[in-house]
Amino acid sequence: MNASSDVGYHAQRRARWHYGQAAFWLVVLACGFLFPTRYLIMTDILRLALFAMSLDLVLGYAGIVSLGHAAFFGVGAYAAGLLALHGIINEPVLALIAAGLAAMVLGFATSFLVIRGVDLTRLMVTLGIALLLEALAERFSNITGGTDGLQGIEMQPIFGEIPFDMFGKAGFFYSLAVLFALFLLARRIVHSPFGLSLRAIKNNPLRAAAIGIPVNRRLIAIYTLAAFYAGIAGALFTQTTAIASLDVFAFERSADLMLVLVIGGTGYLYGGLIGAVIFRMLQEVFSTITPQYWQFWIGLVLVVIVLVGRQRLHRWVLYVPNLIIKQVAGRKAVVAVPESDA
Amino acid sequence: MTSILTNLFDGVAYGMLLFVLACGLAVTLGLMNFVNLAHGAFAMAGGYVCMVLVNRMGWPFFAALPLAFVSAAAIGIALERTLYRHLYARSHLDQVLFTIGLTFMSVAAVDYIQGSSRVFINLPAALQGQFDVFGVGIGRYRLMIIVICGLLTIGLQMVLARTRFGSRLRAAVDDPRAASGLGINVPQVFAFTFAFGCGLAGLGGALSAEILGLDPYFPLKFMIYFLIVVTVGGSSSITGPFLASLLLGIGDVAGKYYVPKMGPFVIYTMMIVILIWRPNGLFGRTAAR
Repeated sequence: MNASSDVGYHAQRRARWHYGQAAFWLVVLACGFLFPTRYLIMTDILRLALFAMSLDLVLGYAGIVSLGHAAFFGVGAYAAGLLALHGIINEPVLALIAAGLAAMVLGFATSFLVIRGVDLTRLMVTLGIALLLEALAERFSNITGGTDGLQGIEMQPIFGEIPFDMFGKAGFFYSLAVLFALFLLARRIVHSPFGLSLRAIKNNPLRAAAIGIPVNRRLIAIYTLAAFYAGIAGALFTQTTAIASLDVFAFERSADLMLVLVIGGTGYLYGGLIGAVIFRMLQEVFSTITPQYWQFWIGLVLVVIVLVGRQRLHRWVLYVPNLIIKQVAGRKAVVAVPESDA
Repeated sequence: MTSILTNLFDGVAYGMLLFVLACGLAVTLGLMNFVNLAHGAFAMAGGYVCMVLVNRMGWPFFAALPLAFVSAAAIGIALERTLYRHLYARSHLDQVLFTIGLTFMSVAAVDYIQGSSRVFINLPAALQGQFDVFGVGIGRYRLMIIVICGLLTIGLQMVLARTRFGSRLRAAVDDPRAASGLGINVPQVFAFTFAFGCGLAGLGGALSAEILGLDPYFPLKFMIYFLIVVTVGGSSSITGPFLASLLLGIGDVAGKYYVPKMGPFVIYTMMIVILIWRPNGLFGRTAAR
């Protein structure tokens, strides 16, 4: 067997850093310096990107359709809020990790429910868990503040050095650092043999089991990890906005997240990041046109995307960049069409 | 004792209503394996049509009900022929995204046209209030719901069990490929059933304005209930969803009455437990589709 037909060879080649990827992150960093007046919305985009990356891990890599990802986001958000409010862990980074772990525990516990059954059962169970947590948060309003949410959260400086300022500058760079660190981790994981085995499971669980992949254990692992990511995203939400309210569990949040990922494409990690940017821009545009009814246009975008077909859409979008790359670099396109899913 | 019976009665009315609302979805899911999260939008459409006819145009309530059915069915068939049809062969993810999109659009559109506040349908005096039977309070409106939905259920069961169309539909649900091999026009059967299911949802929407409350967020609020009825009841027969809706209705009413603080907690826990115990539904077949 020669090297180029070896699976490991291809896997390693795909895992290499390209110039495009480095450029992507440099652009993101540059945005922080270029638009000093827009920190709040940019932080919002970063948070959404991290949250979408979490869903990408389960949907794009493991093929689990989840309608209740807001459950983990919400647990992370409330955990971070409660930790800060009661002064249990004052240091934001530690609190962030603690909140992520809280969501992770929930993810682990519920993963056993999710791996059972087919698509529809999974949909229902994930949706049910999110609704259940929302009901719980409403019920225990003495802890969560009920519909008013957690108020009066004061964030301590990061590492005891860098305070959160009112323009959101520290918040932005803090979120960016967290996003980048978690992106590196996710990148490492999806390109590892573990990540490859997930793809095998997604493509055909029966065959994956037949070649000796412990399907259920792998799904539990990735679901738990994704819950950790979503929890961190939720905690970032609380830490940078200093509020946590019941709507962190809302169904709309999970649905919007789906849209983000669908816009960006699944199964290559950047989908969530790109999708988050486009989604927020769309939302801005729609809410300036019709402040109250932007949801209509978001719905329309979803319908159109599905009717046109996600594959075709991504091909169209990537047509021009690939043409340029072909002309300039004279080789095959490096910006690949994202893998199909589910 | 009487309060138990009153609650039971309310629960049965509630459950029957849920059944009429959701049984169209059972067919969609069972026959075409299509996840239609926008089902509630058709119910809402029926409810609003009824509201406009009764409140604004002065139609009698009972004349507006059939029109709620017809309008929701018309919208259903139009959407089925133009949009839904293209998505049967797609993945569940695509179907979920598409129908969530439709739901969002319907919510915003109704909000735009009718405003975001809850609407009420003016009921005739004969349907208001309640009377006592051996000390058990019986709401007139709920009694009417039980009568209408009960007749509908019996009618549906007869159609399914006795008519040629019913046997075609059952054959198509059981095995669409074999059914089309036998010369049954499965897409046509489905289009018709889809429209009929949407019509029933519309009728349910009109009836439910008084009990569940009708506002633009109806499709989102009750989506989970419809899904529970179908997933718990299974889609292999009409009895499964029917029993599931009764269970859900009685459970929800009793839960809200006896443990009001736990709110919807009871229902969601029940659903998750049942789905874990029997992933194909309480009354579903054991084989996975």
